[in-house]
Amino acid sequence: MVEMVNRPYAAAFEKHALANADVLCLSADLTSSCEIDGFRDRHPDRFVSLGMAEQNMMSFAGGLGLAGYRPFLHSFGVFLYRRPYDQLIASVAYPRRKVRLMGFLPGITTPGGMTHQAIEDIAVMRSIPNMTVLETGDATEVESICAAADSIDGPVYCRVLRGGVPRLFDTPIEVGRMRELALGKDVLVVTSGIATEEALRCRAALEGAGVSLRHLHIHTIKPFDRAAFLDHVSAVSKGVVVLENHVIDGGVGSLIAEMMAEAGSGKRLVRLGLRDTFAHGGSRPYLMKHYGLDATALLAGIEELLGEKTGIAEDDLAAARVEAVHSGVKAEAL
Amino acid sequence: MENAKTTAEIADGIRRRVFVHAMRNNGGYLSQACSAAEQLAFLYNEALTLGAPTLPPVPRPFAGVPSADNPDYVTGAGYNGPAAPEFDRLFIAPAHYALVAYAALIETGRMDEAGLEMFNRDGSSVEMIGAEHSPGMEVHNGTLGIGLSTAAGLAFGRKRRGEAGEVCVFMSDGEVQEGQTWEAVQAAAHHRIDNLWALMDVNDQQCDGAMGDVMEVRDLVAKFRSFGAVCVEVDAHDLDALRAAKATPHEGAPLVVLARSSPTKGMAFLQRRFPRLHYVRFKSTEERAEMNTAIAEELGVPPVDLEAEAH
Repeated sequence: MVEMVNRPYAAAFEKHALANADVLCLSADLTSSCEIDGFRDRHPDRFVSLGMAEQNMMSFAGGLGLAGYRPFLHSFGVFLYRRPYDQLIASVAYPRRKVRLMGFLPGITTPGGMTHQAIEDIAVMRSIPNMTVLETGDATEVESICAAADSIDGPVYCRVLRGGVPRLFDTPIEVGRMRELALGKDVLVVTSGIATEEALRCRAALEGAGVSLRHLHIHTIKPFDRAAFLDHVSAVSKGVVVLENHVIDGGVGSLIAEMMAEAGSGKRLVRLGLRDTFAHGGSRPYLMKHYGLDATALLAGIEELLGEKTGIAEDDLAAARVEAVHSGVKAEAL
Repeated sequence: MENAKTTAEIADGIRRRVFVHAMRNNGGYLSQACSAAEQLAFLYNEALTLGAPTLPPVPRPFAGVPSADNPDYVTGAGYNGPAAPEFDRLFIAPAHYALVAYAALIETGRMDEAGLEMFNRDGSSVEMIGAEHSPGMEVHNGTLGIGLSTAAGLAFGRKRRGEAGEVCVFMSDGEVQEGQTWEAVQAAAHHRIDNLWALMDVNDQQCDGAMGDVMEVRDLVAKFRSFGAVCVEVDAHDLDALRAAKATPHEGAPLVVLARSSPTKGMAFLQRRFPRLHYVRFKSTEERAEMNTAIAEELGVPPVDLEAEAH
């Protein structure tokens, strides 16, 4: 049974901020939603409330960066790039301010629907010069995201998981290094964020069906270790399947397509994720199933690549975690 | 730096330099010089505490944008002196006032007049729309409305560090149409950021014409006060009024000085162009010659030798 960690960001941020005097905690009226309410209450002198005004918050953070501070901006991911995009470019990205954008509710991890679901954030952020892009996939990565982001000489966008988060890894994020979770020789599966847990659900069944899986987990989307990745592509016979909690255009799947094409790898690629569609509001398991982001969808993608059925049924996959909608961890509450 | 000229002389010099430049280059931001000459002269010559320039009098060519691969990158802020704790900082929020700001740097001995020859030339850092790397600039403000927020963040940080220097933003009134300006004022007031002040050139002009026709902004003094700033309104061309305005106490709140200006001050000929004054181009050779004679006479300088300037 996978260990669940409740609100790992809260303690991790507090620890990091207290050890780094130039870190400031900025919030735009989503303080408890971003798990920094305890920090606000215990360290009000390090907390800067900027209200529902993200455009000002972004440029204000640029000014704080100019004064030598390293502000951590807390909001839902969508509010850190959609509304204040111009400010993000001019006040943060261009001058390479050490601004840390902590984007909660990545992809479909919220029932809030289109306005709350950051489904194209990676595509946007990845195309911005000077920007680093990180994504958390488990509790250990959430616990290490602050230190990882704060090690970057420039702006960083992070997809942060909140509430109850499973612990899948026992080592912290090492910026720029992909995690090698399996080193098989048939199919290379590449996942990031919550998609990695789905891939892990497939693993035993696929091994049972004789499919040798190579599995990479990506927490550093930009910069990307191209050489290491291409070695993994060369190591498999059938091709690559990518599953991501994002539209398939511009995200990790696109990144991998670009690298494989430029290298002339000649291998097939199946990209799984939201297919040129917005999502609507609903529970995470429902949305993952409805939009083809879960283990079943990954299995189908692998079968497409193999050109044959594996004979694995949905019931053969490891069980998905389902939290009660009104459970204490409130993973999906607004 | 020691003041070599009076502020009034510097204001006259700014208008002359911008006029000559516009004549020679077949157009330019003339009305911004008319409205803002006293304000920029006042900032550089009196109001701001600035150190000596840290960058060479003749600007270096464009040396690349900020990137991890460009470790030697610097902004143009060095023309305003070092970013030391005791010195003030200045942001030119309306980046299209760059020509006027460059003229102010020359008039106050911070940049060589050769710098203006590089204006808007390919490969030059003396860009038409002031960039971070342009003389006197520290941040990009070409997207209007972001300057005051950035300045508020810098001022908050400087206050937190106990630095004595203030942060000043030179603004344009068109920026009040952007919602971000009001977000910035409310944040600066909420956080009692009182080492921040803005001098706004209220010339009632914007790109499409008179502001009242494009988008009414109504009572700016009342709006700024409602959002929590201390706000005073003065005649932009009256230096004593600007001095008094800057001295307004504003403990616990940012200060906004609304400088009511004329976009044709010192170049009355431009009134014929009202209300399309944002960027003045000459409609004909005859008009250029007529404007050359008329404005030169008003500014007390000989007309620009247009024949000699012809390429």
